[in-house]
Amino acid sequence: MIKVKKLIMSLNILLFKPSFVLSQVVERFPKPDFQSDYTRPLLQTPEPRIKLYEYFDLFVLITALSLASYFALKLRSRTKMFLLMIFCLLYFGFFRKGCICPVGSVQNVSLALFDAAYTIPATVIAFFALPLVFTLFFGRTFCAAVCPLGAIQDVVIFKPAVVSPWIAQVLGMIPYLYLGLAVLFASTGAGFIICQYDPFVGFFRFGASFNMIALGISLLILGTVVARPYCRFLCPYGVILNWMSRLSKWHVTITPAECINCRLCEESCPFGAINMPVMEHPVNRGKSIRFLAVLFILLPVVVMGNGWVFSRLSVPLSGQHFTVSLAAKIQSENSGITTGTTEETDAFRASGKTVEELFREASVIRQKFRTGGWIFGGFLGLIICLKLINLTVIRRHDDYTADSGTCFSCARCFSYCPIEQVRLGNMDPDEASKIKKSR
Amino acid sequence: MAENDSKNKVNRRDVMRFSLNTFAGLAVGGVSGMLITNSNSREMVWQIDPNVCIQCEKCSTNCVLPQSAVKCVHSYSMCGYCDLCSGYLEPGAVSRDTGAENQLCPTGAIKRKFIEDPYFQYTIDEELCIGCGKCVKGCGSFGNGSLYLQVRHDLCLNCNECSIARSCPSQAYRRVPADSPYILRGDEGAKNSS
Ligand code: SF4
Ligand code: SF4
Ligand code: SF4
Ligand code: SF4
Repeated sequence: MIKVKKLIMSLNILLFKPSFVLSQVVERFPKPDFQSDYTRPLLQTPEPRIKLYEYFDLFVLITALSLASYFALKLRSRTKMFLLMIFCLLYFGFFRKGCICPVGSVQNVSLALFDAAYTIPATVIAFFALPLVFTLFFGRTFCAAVCPLGAIQDVVIFKPAVVSPWIAQVLGMIPYLYLGLAVLFASTGAGFIICQYDPFVGFFRFGASFNMIALGISLLILGTVVARPYCRFLCPYGVILNWMSRLSKWHVTITPAECINCRLCEESCPFGAINMPVMEHPVNRGKSIRFLAVLFILLPVVVMGNGWVFSRLSVPLSGQHFTVSLAAKIQSENSGITTGTTEETDAFRASGKTVEELFREASVIRQKFRTGGWIFGGFLGLIICLKLINLTVIRRHDDYTADSGTCFSCARCFSYCPIEQVRLGNMDPDEASKIKKSR
Repeated sequence: MAENDSKNKVNRRDVMRFSLNTFAGLAVGGVSGMLITNSNSREMVWQIDPNVCIQCEKCSTNCVLPQSAVKCVHSYSMCGYCDLCSGYLEPGAVSRDTGAENQLCPTGAIKRKFIEDPYFQYTIDEELCIGCGKCVKGCGSFGNGSLYLQVRHDLCLNCNECSIARSCPSQAYRRVPADSPYILRGDEGAKNSS
């Protein structure tokens, strides 16, 4: 019996070369009856790390958000804010390795909204929604201290240069594009691009692909002179935070009382988030009103045109989806355009699924991309028009204020304000009023 | 009069801001609420379906960790305890001993131990295993299929998007509830799912 078994085994090995086979459960050899008192070892199944931390993570997030808001609005303390930021960088970044991240959660949420088969854990919903809710009340305090991506850029700020407002406006469009693409890709199931191109997660894990590290290092080097480049010109979650922050109930103010227009804070913000007073009405009122009228008329055209363009563009983009690209490969192999097979097509053929089924799935996904492209393009067109309208309408205001959309509530600018120095007891009220007069 | 006017304007803007704020709050709440009803409130983790995996070896190189979180596991309940283990020995190996030249595993992570004639026990040293799946291929093609790849959750960082899943040619990766984080074969699987 044993001999026969050994013989079969050697024949097996001699006769067949390992070929392409799915590893199947086939009982080729009977399970042994042991004569000795041998017992089989147990297969160890270690618990996932995440189960240990999921509620603790949530607790840390809520505490950090509350503290950050308290430090920004009540204590107005940069030092405390900085310490909290370092803690969050260490905890969410280096300790939890950056993958419990509100920035990426946008994608989980979009996938869950469009794909009923994908179940989203409650903690991920909380990680998506809590920073937004806090921002609705207190401004972007999440960015100031809690976000590990923001924090790693914040610590390398060395000599921030001024980015001219026009360039900042144009570059500021990239996050909208990125957000739209990320939602399109996530909701069609083509992948999570925010995670694929997360520039800093490689640092948190001390290792990543070469491209990731290269992107991360160049962003950090750039970040020494252009403060927080990812936050300002890339971050897709920042787009939503920006909207929420504009509507925030309370938002940090540079001065604790009334602005005396001393201009001391003018260049204190490394992110160019301070609005200067606009004293006069724009010179050419008539011209800008005409421009506005044209914009309003053009708005539907721009929205529809953009939608059309992106609905076309999204078809080649859909090739990024696994099923669509697999269908294309199968098609070109079956029709003899390409010779040879790939691992993907081999695996597909071995899986027993029919080609028709695959093609049907692929065409459903392509259709989703087309529809998504319309929405995505229309959204971009709308944003462009709204931006232009916003730039044309110049509202008169008298004080130096933190821009409620782009300000991260980092608390840097406060100490530049003489009124703040008076509040802190570092300066005489008389001295402050002298500054006021001398200007 | 002019002052009054500007005050009105400010008030109007405040009211507008307040209502938009409420609206945005409701929107965030609404989306979350909608999702919560479809959420199972459990964390999800990545796992390999061993019945779909084709052992392409990408698992050993594409993980974000320096040493892949994917390891070979062994369902002992299915193993034939063969002397000539096709997961352990190189095809056409000259002798069936523990000599490195005879072993299929590139790192020698499979340990062979004599139990009783003619049975041998094979265990995986996970410190050494790189998750290449060479042994899995051998065992699946000529043996009982008791060796297969699994994401080991003491190592896996649970990336929001697993970088192996993205490149897996057979789409063997899927998200499974963290409460039953393995897809095991044999009695081990039955025990695990109960
Ligand atoms: S802008 Fe984005 S990356 Fe920057 S701190 Fe805010 S959420 Fe984080
Ligand atoms: S708190 Fe002040 S320094 Fe910080 S981002 Fe806002 S405006 Fe800029
Ligand atoms: S990448 Fe996929 S097919 Fe390749 S070894 Fe890993 S699970 Fe198997
Ligand atoms: S989730 Fe991340 S750590 Fe886990 S196996 Fe995939 S790439 Fe590796």
